[in-house]
Amino acid sequence: MKIGALREGFDGEARVAITPSSAGHMAKLGHEVFVESGAGDRAGFSDDDYRAGGVTVCQTAAELIATVDMVAKVRQPTEAEIGEMREGQTLISFFYPAQNQELLAKAKDQGITAIAMDMVPRISRAQKMDALSSMANIAGYRSVIEAANNFGRFFTGQVTAAGKVPPAKVLVVGAGVAGLAAIGTSVSLGAQVHAFDVRPEVAEQIESMGAEFVFLEFDEGVSDGAATGGYAAPSSPEFREKQLEKFRELAPQMDVVITTALIPGRDAPVLWTADMVAAMKPGSVIVDLAAEKGGNCELTVQDERIVTDNGVVVIGYTDFPSRMGAQASELYGNNIRHFVTDLTPGKDGVFDHNMEDDVIRGATVAHDHDVTWPPPPPKVAAIAAQKPKEKKKELTPEERKAAEAAAFKAETRSQVGLLLGGGLLVLLVGLVAPASFMSHFIVFVLACFVGFRVIWNVAHSLHTPLMAITNAISSIIILGALMQIGSGSWLVVILGALAVLMAGVNIFGGFMVTRRMLAMFQKS
Amino acid sequence: MEYGFTTAAYVVASVLFILSLGGLSGQESAKRAIWYGIAGMALAVIATLFGPGAGNWFLSLVMIAIGGAIGWVVAKRVQMTEMPQLVAAMHSLVGLAAVFVGFNAQIELGRVMRMKAEGAAHEFAGFAAILAHKTPAEIAMLKIEVFLGIFIGAVTFTGSVVAFGKLAGRVDGKPKKLPGGHMLNAGAVALSLVFGLLYFTGVGPALFWLVLVTLLAFFIGYHLIMGIGGADMPVVVSMLNSYSGWAAAMIGFTLSNDLLIVTGALVGSSGAILSYIMCKAMNRHFVSVILGGFGGETGPAAEIEGEQIAIDADGVAAALNDADSVVIVPGYGMAVAQAQGAVSELTRKLRAAGKEVRFAIHPVAGRLPGHMNVLLAEAKVPYDIVLEMEEINDDFPQTDVVIVIGSNDIVNPAAQDDPNSPIAGMPVLEVWKAKNVFVSKRGQGTGYSGIENPLFFKENTRMFYGDAKDSLNKLLPMVD
Repeated sequence: MKIGALREGFDGEARVAITPSSAGHMAKLGHEVFVESGAGDRAGFSDDDYRAGGVTVCQTAAELIATVDMVAKVRQPTEAEIGEMREGQTLISFFYPAQNQELLAKAKDQGITAIAMDMVPRISRAQKMDALSSMANIAGYRSVIEAANNFGRFFTGQVTAAGKVPPAKVLVVGAGVAGLAAIGTSVSLGAQVHAFDVRPEVAEQIESMGAEFVFLEFDEGVSDGAATGGYAAPSSPEFREKQLEKFRELAPQMDVVITTALIPGRDAPVLWTADMVAAMKPGSVIVDLAAEKGGNCELTVQDERIVTDNGVVVIGYTDFPSRMGAQASELYGNNIRHFVTDLTPGKDGVFDHNMEDDVIRGATVAHDHDVTWPPPPPKVAAIAAQKPKEKKKELTPEERKAAEAAAFKAETRSQVGLLLGGGLLVLLVGLVAPASFMSHFIVFVLACFVGFRVIWNVAHSLHTPLMAITNAISSIIILGALMQIGSGSWLVVILGALAVLMAGVNIFGGFMVTRRMLAMFQKS
Repeated sequence: MEYGFTTAAYVVASVLFILSLGGLSGQESAKRAIWYGIAGMALAVIATLFGPGAGNWFLSLVMIAIGGAIGWVVAKRVQMTEMPQLVAAMHSLVGLAAVFVGFNAQIELGRVMRMKAEGAAHEFAGFAAILAHKTPAEIAMLKIEVFLGIFIGAVTFTGSVVAFGKLAGRVDGKPKKLPGGHMLNAGAVALSLVFGLLYFTGVGPALFWLVLVTLLAFFIGYHLIMGIGGADMPVVVSMLNSYSGWAAAMIGFTLSNDLLIVTGALVGSSGAILSYIMCKAMNRHFVSVILGGFGGETGPAAEIEGEQIAIDADGVAAALNDADSVVIVPGYGMAVAQAQGAVSELTRKLRAAGKEVRFAIHPVAGRLPGHMNVLLAEAKVPYDIVLEMEEINDDFPQTDVVIVIGSNDIVNPAAQDDPNSPIAGMPVLEVWKAKNVFVSKRGQGTGYSGIENPLFFKENTRMFYGDAKDSLNKLLPMVD
């Protein structure tokens, strides 16, 4: 099939849907790849780069759309672009079907198949094509870079000859993909990072990135991320109050605040109110990644950088991925490429638009003169349901002491019991058995004891050699045969000789094979 | 030579044996320990050969030489994957030797008694001389010891032969029982006790009763081990190891030989501990393993949702190239496919690329305690990256890729999640906590316990079907 990337018409959009490297991968799947001339310019890929990668460059958008079977884009298409497409053609791009119903209707009328990269279900198998995540990752990284750019101090703490510099304190609100990326970037710049999320189950992820989880003491039916496909759900008014109270407490200490809180299909919740901004130190920076949806900060102005009266910078840019055009194109191109891989299971350059496949079905919003959005719930649950965390009961020192004492007592009891039982048994044997037997019996019991003690220390990895060597030494039975072989009875001599022979096999075989095995164990 | 000297030699040999077993606590000290064992054995044999009581030493030496030559050749030739069979075969030899020595004791006893009864003042040599000096009480004791020695030895012999057959694949590995099952075994034990009593009280021909006991014990050993499945062989082999030790100890009592007693007890307790460790690793009672098969199920097993998703070598290679930490979980399947060389090569390549590669060994992986360790060592995988279950289980959440090669039940999450599962409660390697799990497996079959493995249906699991060796060899050139 022929796949082509359009030049993005949107102002300030630097990304491109196909890069020379992703084109190479698609070519391996048997596809022919096209781009519109100049599509990659702002991402740093010239037409010649594409040509070198085996991509055909079309001069105009119209020419490209007429040529290809699948049109790849980054931004959602314009009505005009859809209008130019023909029946049966496939479009792959961000689409936001919930916000773009008219566009969806148009796609349906036109009879094109529209694949929305923003609708790829959040299941493990589809992670490699999850463009929202890959873009959010870039946004998270870039938000910290923008913050650092606007922050007049170091992020990292330093002790220099000229004086001590404290590390910057960063608060990240919302620990989704963007939030976690922001945490990681801030930590690696050396800042002290705190992070908050309404989903308590992400505390572990936050801590794993090196930030401190801002813990909110609140007893409520804890929301389960699994129920909402891994996204946050709206919280109750009481919870919100509690949360704002905590933020108010943190606001004066924070140098940089990065907010990333979004709830699918709603306006962004206001979490950083004007009074919190007023409480912050001059020179502090707020980066609002939710600006496109109205912003988490009350003062955010979309696409603008403003400075408040008390000298706090509030950044409301919405084009973070575009600010890193090359990187964003690379990742988005890979997302598209992986989707195309799933569409061509035969690797023969022929699309198989399998509507039974969870991922393909989920992302397809229009197909065959039909609106196929919203999709049915996926067959596999996205995320395993959270198990309620068992809290280990903290024992008080007294309880612990009591438990230890009880354990000690139980151990003593069992040991004394064993000793008494064993002792009685030995005494009983002693009552009937002759003295000569008892002297051997003592040796036997002691040997068992030594054996148990010694064997417990044997390394697990040496159990096979242990078996081989015990095998070899259990042929000590040869002694018995040797003592009998000198007998006057021919039968005894024959049996003894056979026993010696077998024991001999064992002695040599056992030791030899043990040696062979042990010689193989080597340290790296 | 004097009797005292022999005893002194025995003391030294005992100490050497204890040191030899104790030295196995570490890989490096083990290389020294083996020499202690060899020295102890040489000392014991020489002291006995030239000590009092031994005669016919020319024949003895010839027999040792022949046996030694056979043992040497076998040990040189055996493949490391054939270790379980070899160990089982060697156990059978010890068992049979114990039976022979026990019979000899009875024959000698009969001869000495007859001569004594004739009243002739014979000068007895060797073992017979010891017998001649025994009091009636001691002789009664001796009979019990002979009975026990022969019985245990005979069970060890046939049991080991069957275990050998199963491990070598010459006998079907599935549990098999004759009609009557365990009642048959119980009956045989009761009958041999009756014959033992008859032998003890001296009714009728003593040798005849002993032969009957031996035959019954042969049957018990055969039937007992036939009823145990292939994957329980680690327990069986260590149990037989233990038995061969106890048989030696019993014979030691018979012959009043302390070295035999000490060594037998050492071997016996070693085998007992190994069986205990193996049983614990399977969360099963020793008795239930020995009686064979899995116990009755307590309820329907949990339904498994989802599907097994296959992946090809490309996909596995890509994941490996992206990974920083890799854990390999080998099982019996690796041994069957002889894939340890390929595994080692893969490990070498991944380590050369700066990735952390480790091995996770479940105590019952394979058919012999420590089986996997020996195979990996043979393939030159350094032992310090081969870890036990307890050492590595907590690290799985931080692991990027886990490759499961030919193991099934030991990585089954049902053991923890599903209380109705037959293997519920068995400690398992928690591989499903890793980011990606690849399972190299021949087909969709179940493991030894015959239950489905929910691991194969997990979101982060991909099935890498095919013969383990072929699969890995396909993978190798793609990993850089």
